[in-house]
Amino acid sequence: MKDKPRLATVWLGGCSGCHMSFLDLDERLAELAGRVEFLASPLTDFKEFQDADITLVEGSVANVEHLEQIREIRKRTKILVSFGDCAVTGTVTAMRNAFPVEEVIDRSYVENAAVVIGRPGGGDVVPALLDRVRPVHEVVEVDYFLQGCPPSADDIYGFVMDLLNGRTPRTDGRRFG
Amino acid sequence: MAERILIAPVTRIEGHAKISIFVNDAQEVESAMFHVTEFRGFEKFCEGRPFHEMPGLTARTCGICPISHILASSKACDALLGVEIPPTAVLQRKLMNYAQILQSHALSFFHLSSPDFLLGFDAPIEKRNIFGLLAEDPDFARRGIRLRKFGQRIIELLGGKRIHPAWGTPGGVIGTVDPSERAEIATGVPEALESVKLALGRMKTIIDSCPDEVEHIGNFPTLHLGTVTPTGELEYYDGVIRIVDGEGNIVADGLDPQRFHTYLGEASEESSYMKFPFYKPLGYPGGMYRVGPLARLNIARAAGTALADRELREFKHRSTGAVNQSFHYHLARLIEMLHCVERIEEIASDPVLLKTRVRAVAGQNRNEGVGSSEAPRGTLFHHYEVDDNGLIRKVNLLIATGQNNLAMNKTVEQTAIRFVNPRALREEMLNRVEAGIRCFDPCLSCSTHAAGQMPLMLEIRNRRGEVLGRLARR
Ligand code: SF4
Repeated sequence: MKDKPRLATVWLGGCSGCHMSFLDLDERLAELAGRVEFLASPLTDFKEFQDADITLVEGSVANVEHLEQIREIRKRTKILVSFGDCAVTGTVTAMRNAFPVEEVIDRSYVENAAVVIGRPGGGDVVPALLDRVRPVHEVVEVDYFLQGCPPSADDIYGFVMDLLNGRTPRTDGRRFG
Repeated sequence: MAERILIAPVTRIEGHAKISIFVNDAQEVESAMFHVTEFRGFEKFCEGRPFHEMPGLTARTCGICPISHILASSKACDALLGVEIPPTAVLQRKLMNYAQILQSHALSFFHLSSPDFLLGFDAPIEKRNIFGLLAEDPDFARRGIRLRKFGQRIIELLGGKRIHPAWGTPGGVIGTVDPSERAEIATGVPEALESVKLALGRMKTIIDSCPDEVEHIGNFPTLHLGTVTPTGELEYYDGVIRIVDGEGNIVADGLDPQRFHTYLGEASEESSYMKFPFYKPLGYPGGMYRVGPLARLNIARAAGTALADRELREFKHRSTGAVNQSFHYHLARLIEMLHCVERIEEIASDPVLLKTRVRAVAGQNRNEGVGSSEAPRGTLFHHYEVDDNGLIRKVNLLIATGQNNLAMNKTVEQTAIRFVNPRALREEMLNRVEAGIRCFDPCLSCSTHAAGQMPLMLEIRNRRGEVLGRLARR
């Protein structure tokens, strides 16, 4: 028997809503588990990204770790999918681009704090924010775009099934927001 | 010289985090720290937006509990209008909140935590997840999936969409409920009750079988904070704030949630994008408190529904004073699920739900508004200042998960000291530390208004950040 296709999902600068919509597949999750091998994802314990056939990327590229991570993932995945509006266009995550990053950090960690012991963003443990949040395709090549905030479970199901069945995914009926 | 072991990312929680474990010269765990690595900046970029966009915009802080943000935001906007909203809108908002707590708790228990309990902390990594559970115990896993679906479906029926529905609005809600929708909700109740009861039974067995985890994963006295009705019953939409101490004595009661900033403050530290809220009268970090299911059951005198009340009485017997074992968050979550299903049934049979006046119409009457709600993970506050044209000048979001930050750090440390032997590091030890965090079901998308994940790294470092060695997790 041929090995099952390997599916990974990753989560960059987003709200997790796209992943939650994936879980809204409900009983169809069991069916999907029969068709693919699940790799690294916020739902599994794999810490290391392994070579994947399909990777769904939620969220925008917002900090230096995302940048490193998405480049590595691009090298190791055959089909890279911008999954949801944050990945496709930046949307809400990119709204901070209208302000200098230092002001964004100061608002939360200085102005809206009663006690300031330290200001995150400069140390070696939490990653520095990029000056400008970017959609995934501005950083690496993307093979497919699945829009929606989040894409509905039906859209996700149709999309993944099309890929698994060797069809070009249909795009009709999908919309942003 | 102290060394640092880093676990990254912490998986099967809703968000993005790392844990550092510091080791002393004698190769013993000395301390540990929990870092949240993501930040999106809602408090800044909402500036300049019209306030009526806020429910839709702030919903995007979190895909797991968007309803909580929509509620807190809509209530803050109600305060800007200075109106009382129609009873049907209140009922819809309550129903949505119960549905969301139910789906979110189902996710936490069945999808994220139960693989540890039912497959084992030491189960192989490929198996220790919801898909492994589907293979191992399909009936139980399916029940969890369907329970979450029941909650999500109610949200879809009322809001038109399961995640980020355009539904809550200043002055009420958008959309009415028709009899067929109400009937569909009522039809789902019996199965939901049965599944929650089954999970409750399982959880009690699990508790009996792991006394070590119960006693050593985050067991320490703290304050507990949450919303209650004026008579001290469980309340999730609108009430007063009560605080009890580790012995269960009431420290403060009847506090106005609209004035939260007078008694709750936040501290910033360089090590995390998640701030450290504290109870102001006790200062930082002495004012550590917990919120969420465990805290809510500790502060409430009664649940107010029959089945949950029976469970609550039994729960309170698990300790003299407050129940301080963080492991009991899991049990508390299941008791809350029972309560949510009972409340959903009640609201679904209330004829007021079907009325069509769902929105109070008014213009802006104030420049400052605060709204709160009990989110799945604890009390959530939104605080807005707007100019005379209704444009946002300032936003402060005090997030449920964030308020457990001090307690989560302490839990990580306690768990690491008990379960991690740095001389013979094994994967399951680290999984236990993660499990400590998972008790709190942290929603890191919310708490830093961001989410994400990063590649593997498990490093031992000294305090200057030099890497002394690397360890692969598998
Ligand atoms: S596209 Fe929408 S649902 Fe998906 S991560 Fe972004 S804000 Fe969340």
